[in-house]
Amino acid sequence: MKEHLFQGELVRLKMDNPEILAKAFSRWGRDSEYGRLLDGGARQLFSAKIIQSWIEKDFEEDQGQNFFFAIHTLEGDLLIGFVSLFGIDWNHGNTWVGIGLGEREYWGQGYGTDAMRAILRYAFTELNLHRVTLGVFEYNPRAIRSYEKAGFVHEGQVRKELLKDGQRWDVLEMGILREEWQKKMKGVSK
Amino acid sequence: MDISTQLFEGKLICLAPIDHEKDPEIESKWTHDPDYLRMLSTKPARPLSPAQVKKKYEAVEKEMDESHSNFYFTIRAHPDERLVGFIKIYWVEWTNGNGFVELGIGDPNDRGHGYGSEALHLVLRYVFAELNLYRLSVVVPEYNQPALHLFTKAGFVEEVRRREALQRDGRYWDAIHLGLLREEWETQLKGT
Amino acid sequence: MAASIFQGELVSLVREDPEIFAKNFSRWGRDSEFIRLLDNDPARLVSVRTAKQWFEKDLEKDTLDEAFFIIHTLETDQSVGFVGLGEISWNHGEAWVGIGIGERAYWGKGYGTDAMRIILWYAFTELNLHRVSLGVFEYNPRAIRSYEKAGFVHEGRNRKQVLRDGKRWDEVHMGVLRGEWEKIYECCK
Repeated sequence: MKEHLFQGELVRLKMDNPEILAKAFSRWGRDSEYGRLLDGGARQLFSAKIIQSWIEKDFEEDQGQNFFFAIHTLEGDLLIGFVSLFGIDWNHGNTWVGIGLGEREYWGQGYGTDAMRAILRYAFTELNLHRVTLGVFEYNPRAIRSYEKAGFVHEGQVRKELLKDGQRWDVLEMGILREEWQKKMKGVSK
Repeated sequence: MDISTQLFEGKLICLAPIDHEKDPEIESKWTHDPDYLRMLSTKPARPLSPAQVKKKYEAVEKEMDESHSNFYFTIRAHPDERLVGFIKIYWVEWTNGNGFVELGIGDPNDRGHGYGSEALHLVLRYVFAELNLYRLSVVVPEYNQPALHLFTKAGFVEEVRRREALQRDGRYWDAIHLGLLREEWETQLKGT
Repeated sequence: MAASIFQGELVSLVREDPEIFAKNFSRWGRDSEFIRLLDNDPARLVSVRTAKQWFEKDLEKDTLDEAFFIIHTLETDQSVGFVGLGEISWNHGEAWVGIGIGERAYWGKGYGTDAMRIILWYAFTELNLHRVSLGVFEYNPRAIRSYEKAGFVHEGRNRKQVLRDGKRWDEVHMGVLRGEWEKIYECCK
C-alpha cells in the first residue's frame, strides 16, 4: 500500500469522540458565514448536547453508506473541520461529498483542497467508486476555486435556488470521474 | 501438555480479556493507520474514535456471551501487559468442527517480535485441545505477505484463491484461504 | 435494454409474500437431502410460523447488501426454489451466490442452471459487480456441474470442512469474474 490513505500534506483524516465533534460543531455553527457557506437551510443554533445525540445516533445506524471524517491539521493535530462521503449509490459507483472548515483561520490556505484530495483518493482507491459529485453555492467562490484545483469539473447549476439577504443565487453542481482523477494523479509529481 | 499448562500465558505475551478503560484509546490509534486496517480487513478502512471502539468491544463481549461461538482475546506483552494486538476465533460451526481465526498486531513497531506467532501458537492449542475443533481457517489478502508467512510457518496450507476478490489502490488482488487440520497441528507439535 | 432481466428460458425470478414462501420453505426443509446439499448448519425442521418470521424480518432489513429471489417455472408458474446474492462487498465488487431447488422433480433438468444465469446477469449488469463467489460441498456433483456450465471456475477447496454421516467432506470454492462471464454471455446471446 503506497501513500498514507488518511493523510495529505497539510491535514489528516481522523475520527474524534462524539463529545469533541459536537462541541466543535456547536461552536462553528455560531459563525453564520460558515453556516451559510456550508448549508442552504435557514441558520439555527444548536447546543453541543443535541448535536452529540445526533452524531451518536448516526454512528449507531451507520450501515456503511456514509463515510465521515474529522479534519485535523498535521501540525498541531487541531480539529478544523470535517469531510464526508454520503448518499453512496454503490451499484453505479457514485457518491456525494461535503466539506466544511469550521476554523476560519484555516480558510484560503489550501487545507480544504488538501482534505478534498485525500477524500478523493479514498473514494477512488479504497471505495473504488466511479464518480464524486458536489453542490456548492454561487456565493462561495473560494470553495469553487478549491474544488477546481482538486479536479472537479463544472457540470451545471440549479438556477436561483437560494434566497439569501434578498438576493437569489445558483447552486452549482460539480463532478469528477475516476479516470479524470487518475489522469490528474499521473500528472502530479510527488 | 496437561491440565496444569496455562492456556493463556506465553513467554512474550499473554492472551487476556478486553480492558474497557484502557484499550479503546490504543485501538483507536491503530485504526488511524490505514495500512493496519487494510492488512486486516476487506471492509473500507476507516478510523474509529475511542468511543466507537468502546461500543465495538461491548458488542463483541455481548456476542461472546450470547453465542458461545466467538472467542476474542487481547494480546498483551510482558512484563507490563501492554496491549499490542488481538486474536479472535469466529464463525465456529460446532457440528462440523471448524472455525476461522483473525489476528492483528496494531503498532508497526510491535511487529516482527514474535508476538503474533506466540499468540497464534496459544490459540491453536486452545482451538484443538480446548474447543476440540477439527480445522481452522483464515482468509488473508494476497498483498499481506507477513500474514501469509506467519500462517504458513504455523502449518496452514493454502487451499483457495478467490481471484480478484479485492480492489485496492487501483488494482485487483486475490483473497487467499488457508486451513489447518487437527492432525497437521498434532504432527507439527510432535516435531517441535 | 433487454426484455425482462428476471426471465430465463425455463424460470423467472420473483418476490413472494413471506407467508407464501414460508409454506414452501418449511415443506422443502423436510427433505433432509435437500437441506444437507444446501447448507452446512445441522439440518433442522422449521415450522411455517418460524420461517414466516424470518422472512418478514428480512424484509424489514431493507438492506442493499442482499438480493433474494424465488424461482418460478415459466411453464406452470410454480415456486420451485430460491436464489440470492449475499454478503455483497460493494467496495470490492464481490458477492456470494446461493441457490436451492426445493422441488426434487426439478433437479437435474436445467432449472437451477437457468436461474443461475439470470442471477449472474443481475449481478454483472444491474449491480455492476466484478465477481461472484460460491461454496458447494464435494458431495453435490450435480450442483458443481451446473455451476461449471454457468461459467464458474474452480478456485480450491476448504479441506474436510463438513462432517456428515461420519465422513469428512471438502467445501469446493468457485468464482466467476465479470470478464469471463461477458465472454460466455457473448457466445450464448
